Amino acid sequence: MDHSSLAGRIFRGVALALVLVFFMFPIVWILMMSFQTNEQILRIPPHILFEPTLSNYQALISGQLRTTAGNLEIPFMRNLMNSFVLSSAAVLLALLLGVPAAYAFARFKFRLGESIAFTLLSFRFAPPLLVLLPLSLYYQQLGLSDTYFGIVWVYQLIALPLILWIVRGYFEDISPDIEHAYRLAGHSWREAFTRIAVPLAGPGIAAAGLLSFIFCWNNFVFALILASADKQPVTVGALAFVTASGIQYGQIAAAIVLSVTPTLLLALYAQRYLVEGLSLGAVKG
Amino acid sequence: MAMLEIKNVDKVYSSRGKPPVHAVRALDMAVTKGEIVALLGSSGCGKTSTLRMIAGFESVTSGAIALSQRRIDELPPAKRKVAMAFEGYSLYPPLTVRENIAFALKAQQLSRGEISRRVEAIARLVEIEDILDSFPRAISGGQQQRVSLARALVRDADLYLLDEPMGQLEPQLRAVLRGRIKGLLAERGMTAIFVTHDQTEASALADRIAVMEDGVLQQFASERELKNRPANLFVASFIGEPPMNLLETGVAPADGGFRLSVGSDIAFQIPGDTLDQAARRSLEQGNRVRVGIRPQKVAVGTGDVRVRVVSNQWLGDQSHVAGECAGHLLIAVTPNRIAARAGDVIPFALEPRHLHIFGADGTCIRHAEGG
Repeated sequence: MDHSSLAGRIFRGVALALVLVFFMFPIVWILMMSFQTNEQILRIPPHILFEPTLSNYQALISGQLRTTAGNLEIPFMRNLMNSFVLSSAAVLLALLLGVPAAYAFARFKFRLGESIAFTLLSFRFAPPLLVLLPLSLYYQQLGLSDTYFGIVWVYQLIALPLILWIVRGYFEDISPDIEHAYRLAGHSWREAFTRIAVPLAGPGIAAAGLLSFIFCWNNFVFALILASADKQPVTVGALAFVTASGIQYGQIAAAIVLSVTPTLLLALYAQRYLVEGLSLGAVKG
Repeated sequence: MAMLEIKNVDKVYSSRGKPPVHAVRALDMAVTKGEIVALLGSSGCGKTSTLRMIAGFESVTSGAIALSQRRIDELPPAKRKVAMAFEGYSLYPPLTVRENIAFALKAQQLSRGEISRRVEAIARLVEIEDILDSFPRAISGGQQQRVSLARALVRDADLYLLDEPMGQLEPQLRAVLRGRIKGLLAERGMTAIFVTHDQTEASALADRIAVMEDGVLQQFASERELKNRPANLFVASFIGEPPMNLLETGVAPADGGFRLSVGSDIAFQIPGDTLDQAARRSLEQGNRVRVGIRPQKVAVGTGDVRVRVVSNQWLGDQSHVAGECAGHLLIAVTPNRIAARAGDVIPFALEPRHLHIFGADGTCIRHAEGG
């Protein structure tokens, strides 16, 4: 495939490197920050070379933040755990509700069908703060504020529409006749759904699940308002690094690295699966 | 005894904001056991809707469908004992060709040996033995269609529904498969309905052909009957290649019969004794009727109708001569070479006994003698 001139190849290499640096720089910089102390970070001019320290990670994992103003407890690992529990539970619930709903919207035309689907989508473009005020009042009355279930429920505003609309498209791409053939062969409607439609839409369901996991993971404002310290995810927990004695850049960077890692790993793993699934796909007759 | 009985079935598709579509109207049809029936018609005539109602993918708006004396129109597809080959093939992508065909047999709880024996046999019949272990995405459209056909025919069912079963096949293979499938169906006494818009296929494969148009069953009869005694103008013009010549004529009583004429160029004397009571009444009332004559019945080189030749094609075994007369295009088919060129004036013979006469509403009021 290399049929271009030497100059062309060099130009392409330089261009690629530039793009790569442009996109990777913030991530690399944060990774470097996470191994520096606050003093090293705030040096002017900044240095590329430094003596790495693990103190930031140590502080995060032990939950003890040492500042000039004294010791501070930060439940970072708990926050990380919360993020994990809340996002997974929210995505699971959304898949459980959203996949059958997506199938219904894809296969059946019913009264108000399009309106319901669109209403669900509209949750995505309502400003969350507008929803939050009345919601927090209701949650207090219902006893749902500061519960895991309450947050998982409110995360459905993020996850459900995504899953519904992405998976619906995948179901619409599968010829209904494949399910018809399966049903004629002596299987019930339910079996056609679970054994034919869902596996064929598998890559789509995985992609939608992954996306909504990332969106839930990154959510800040819902958990900020509706959860107290012990149920807050990392996004909110990171606020603790803004202390009375200054902003703990090193810890923030380490916290970012730790909180990005799980979603990054999940994305990398799922990406492989997605490609595999799509190449097996060839859904259309 | 009727295997499949369709009684007064209607299908209306209604969607909000659009006028309802009446896809099938008052359909009555009975298919006997072991019979092969073709549903023939142009696109959107209701033939596929009919098939899907029998399979159970479309509900019946009104009416009833019974298969082997069981009413099936309320049953789920799984309980209807119907096998179907789909127009879009609809193979299961994650399964190999072999697994696709064996799939329904597994549900029938046959032994492994029996399943593989049947799969091999049907694969040989439709010539797909060499691709049994391929996946659907790796084979051509024509092969997928044969797999789909095999998957339907391998099953034990009361009724086999085939939607455009050979549309994607090469002409030679199609002819071979038609024969084999007809043989298989006959040998096992299988009852089958297939949808097609190909007349040749319908004639070759079916015992009886149901011609549909605009949701209405026009005529349900053997190919010979459709050709020789078309029920109405639609069937007359739809069946037959090239299509029947149709002329609009004026009617006048003459010599105890009727004189049908097109301007001053063409005239037919229809003796009264070839018409029944109803036909005579119809001719007495209407002052204009349509008449049709098969191109094969038009004689070239004799007769008193002078036509100007528009085209003259020798097809290797027959000539198609198209000529214009009094603003009408007439086509004649003869087994001989005709030496006329475009622009020449030659005589055509249209004999009154070869005329089909259609009343004002399009129904045939007199058939041609001997078809």
